[in-house]
Amino acid sequence: MSTHQHHTKDFLFTYVFSTDHKMISKQFLITGFLMGFIGLIMSTLFRLQLGWPGESFEIVELLMGSWQENGVMNPDKYLALVTMHGTIMVFFLLTAGLSGTFSNLLIPLQIGARDMASGFLNMLSYWFFFVSSVIMLISLFVEGGSASAGWTIYPPLSALPQAIPGSGAGMTLWLIAMSIFIVSSLIGSLNYIVTVFNLRTKGMSMTRLPLTIWAFLLTAVLGVLSFPVLLSAALLLVFDRSFGTSFYLSDIYIGGQVLDHSGGSPILFEHLFWFLGHPEVYIVLLPALGITSEIISTMSRKPIFGYRAMIGSMMAIAFLSFIVWGHHMFLTGMNPFLGSVFTFTTLLIAIPSAVKVFNYLTTLWKGNIVFTPATLFSVGLVSTFISGGVTGLVLGNSALDINVHDTYFVIGHFHIVMGLSAIFGMFAGVYHWFPKLFGRMMNNKLGNVHFWFTIVCSYGVFFPMHFLGFAGVPRRYYTFSEFPMFEEMISINEFISIFAIIAMLAQLVFFFNFVYSALRGPKAPMNPWRANSLEWTTPVEHFHGNWYGEIPTVYRWPYDYSKVDSNGDYLYGEDFIPQTTPLGENEKDGGEH
Amino acid sequence: MMTIVVIITAILIVIVGSQLLKIAELKAKSKGELIYEVSEKQGKSQAVILLIFMFGLIGFFFWQMYAWYGLRLPVSASAHGEAIDYLSDVTFLIITPVFLLTHVVLLWFCFKYAYSSKRKALFFSHSNKLETVWTVAPALVLTVLILMGLTSWNEIMTPVPSETEHVLIELTGQQFNWTARYAGDDKKLGRSHVSLIEGVNGTGVDLSDVDAKDDKLVKGEFHLPIGVPVQFVFRSLDVIHSAYLPHFRAQMNCVPGITTQFNFTPTITTEEMRIKVGNDEFNYVLLCNKICGAAHYNMQMDVIVESQEDYDKWLAEQKTLVE
Repeated sequence: MSTHQHHTKDFLFTYVFSTDHKMISKQFLITGFLMGFIGLIMSTLFRLQLGWPGESFEIVELLMGSWQENGVMNPDKYLALVTMHGTIMVFFLLTAGLSGTFSNLLIPLQIGARDMASGFLNMLSYWFFFVSSVIMLISLFVEGGSASAGWTIYPPLSALPQAIPGSGAGMTLWLIAMSIFIVSSLIGSLNYIVTVFNLRTKGMSMTRLPLTIWAFLLTAVLGVLSFPVLLSAALLLVFDRSFGTSFYLSDIYIGGQVLDHSGGSPILFEHLFWFLGHPEVYIVLLPALGITSEIISTMSRKPIFGYRAMIGSMMAIAFLSFIVWGHHMFLTGMNPFLGSVFTFTTLLIAIPSAVKVFNYLTTLWKGNIVFTPATLFSVGLVSTFISGGVTGLVLGNSALDINVHDTYFVIGHFHIVMGLSAIFGMFAGVYHWFPKLFGRMMNNKLGNVHFWFTIVCSYGVFFPMHFLGFAGVPRRYYTFSEFPMFEEMISINEFISIFAIIAMLAQLVFFFNFVYSALRGPKAPMNPWRANSLEWTTPVEHFHGNWYGEIPTVYRWPYDYSKVDSNGDYLYGEDFIPQTTPLGENEKDGGEH
Repeated sequence: MMTIVVIITAILIVIVGSQLLKIAELKAKSKGELIYEVSEKQGKSQAVILLIFMFGLIGFFFWQMYAWYGLRLPVSASAHGEAIDYLSDVTFLIITPVFLLTHVVLLWFCFKYAYSSKRKALFFSHSNKLETVWTVAPALVLTVLILMGLTSWNEIMTPVPSETEHVLIELTGQQFNWTARYAGDDKKLGRSHVSLIEGVNGTGVDLSDVDAKDDKLVKGEFHLPIGVPVQFVFRSLDVIHSAYLPHFRAQMNCVPGITTQFNFTPTITTEEMRIKVGNDEFNYVLLCNKICGAAHYNMQMDVIVESQEDYDKWLAEQKTLVE
């Protein structure tokens, strides 16, 4: 495919319906961040309610319209907010936003391809995502409000508008939006998989791929195998809601009436949901882990430690992620034997996770670390992955889960691994690959400020939640004030909410830096981080086809940093050796053992 | 009015910020530097901040323990709760040092190995020995946790054998309250179905069923005798709820369409626990712990644990459905 320059006249196909992976990655990024910002505002709103229960706030009055009264939000709308917050953050920001951006940007560039296998499908993948985002936002404005049964939308609560108003039109739109979202995700994932397998340049064997590509590949495989199950769960829910079936419903008395559904079980939904739901969290996390491997290695001027073990551990995580879903369901009433099986598999997943952490630490050891904001966020990911990961050992053990299931302990755990680790990976990726996205550099000082405020305040938000959970405080509670035993914890809520507000404001620093730098930032050099992988061999300016002339041939793995000869001098005179540099006479490729 | 002020302030901040950034870029250029290059000095100051953060994070952890560890639930009020609390302590005794040590290593390395033009990084790409060590060590630890956990889990989830003396209670959740149904002397719960709900018969007990004759429906609070296993059968009338009794280390979803079960033996009476926690208004409580609608945050029922005699007296005062 040769480079074409004739798109300058066609605004619609250059910027709107582009089939160029670089443009599509930016579309995913911006849409993802916009949705993420909305999710962030939602969390700020409900943190206002939790920190100062029942108090009146002008901003609540301003933003929440009929969902509030005198500046105090309605209890069922509190549930709508937490539901939409979860849905938007998990799917729209951390799945589409994270994978969509970086898989699209980096796969062709790092494997040495002109573009994705199908630019057309890629374009569709973005536009389906866009449409699903719009529909999801529209659901906030319908009668009865948006879906309100938690992001996990268990029926019967999500099936019956009589049970909560948001389960009316809002829930219908949620299901439509998610169905379209799933289509977007599947098309994208198929594209990524096919491209990685088929379009690698000469010399780019699978074991010379950067770990980002391995992460994106495994993520795409997870998506292809698990999202369809969510689609089927959603479809059956549509049938129960609109066509009188009873897949999930049986023996219900509500609003003074016995309903006509019989024979179904909500637990069926839970199985189908979590069959996606668990791989989903690894779909969220794996790209972040891949990005961190890349950045820590490059910025420490050292090879990533244990390249093959890193691949192996990602594969183990991916495989195991399919057989642990029941740990979300220990107390659903399913057969306790299943609980035992899932405890076993869940605690197993800790092993490859631990391997990855130790490998990151060993990569840093005796490195020569340059601290850009990307480096800081990658270090932050390792920190939060440890913090959030260890509490998984409590939750994954069924006997211990009895007292912490659905409490704030769980909220602390998953926010630290997703709301912190995964988003840190995304931020790190944006800071690090900004030169490839926009041809300009972000401001480091603002980036450092963004990092420090974010990590300190985020720990301030989520660490205390473990104590709340251990005190028995349930999640999704509008206020703690109805239980004397939770009296003392309202002040902890205030503590958390204050940090949450500051953390939210810190993101404004990032948005300012992002927009300013994209428009007026200093122009980037071709390889600002002195890195080895192929994306840094493409010219700064964007054009279809990525390389003028031939695509480079690859001769070595991407981790030859600080490789020295027997005298201790850098081979080839620099502390990095791009993949395009042929191997020397007696030189062995670092990826070969 | 306030809104306009906020918007104008935001615009001004953006304009000022942009100008400041432009100035910073030009200043760097005038010194012959590139603004986006991290100088050795800048890198080292981030390294110092990372080290401070290490102390800060660890300090924050200990401060939280000091401030909030005392807020955790009191000692388990059920027999099986002891094993759970023990396993919990063991788990935390493992993960806390891991959390602390790995953070010290992480952040100390960041500080120690911050970029210096005088050093070279070490090209150290793999070690099968190290990988084996940190694969096997976690595996061993996890094996212990799994074995302990599953032993407890199996015991806890086994229903009370029917020959054993026990109290049989059906707890029915609905938006937004609980109903307890005591099985009475026949130790059997009468059949029930939502289609039979009417008036006082709030959970649809089949009054024609002989086993239902001595069933007693109780609302607001329910009582348990000390030291006697209680076998719960859970139901829901509308959406999924969850019966959470944190003091007893007990929780089980209430699912419309099926019944679920959980059992425990109370080991501390309400009176005794009031003394233990130093609060004579303390009560055990049953909370809903699965999102169930608007008033999910206030779906509760008190639980009183008392001596066998007090319990018998209380139960005798409760009316059967037939009455």
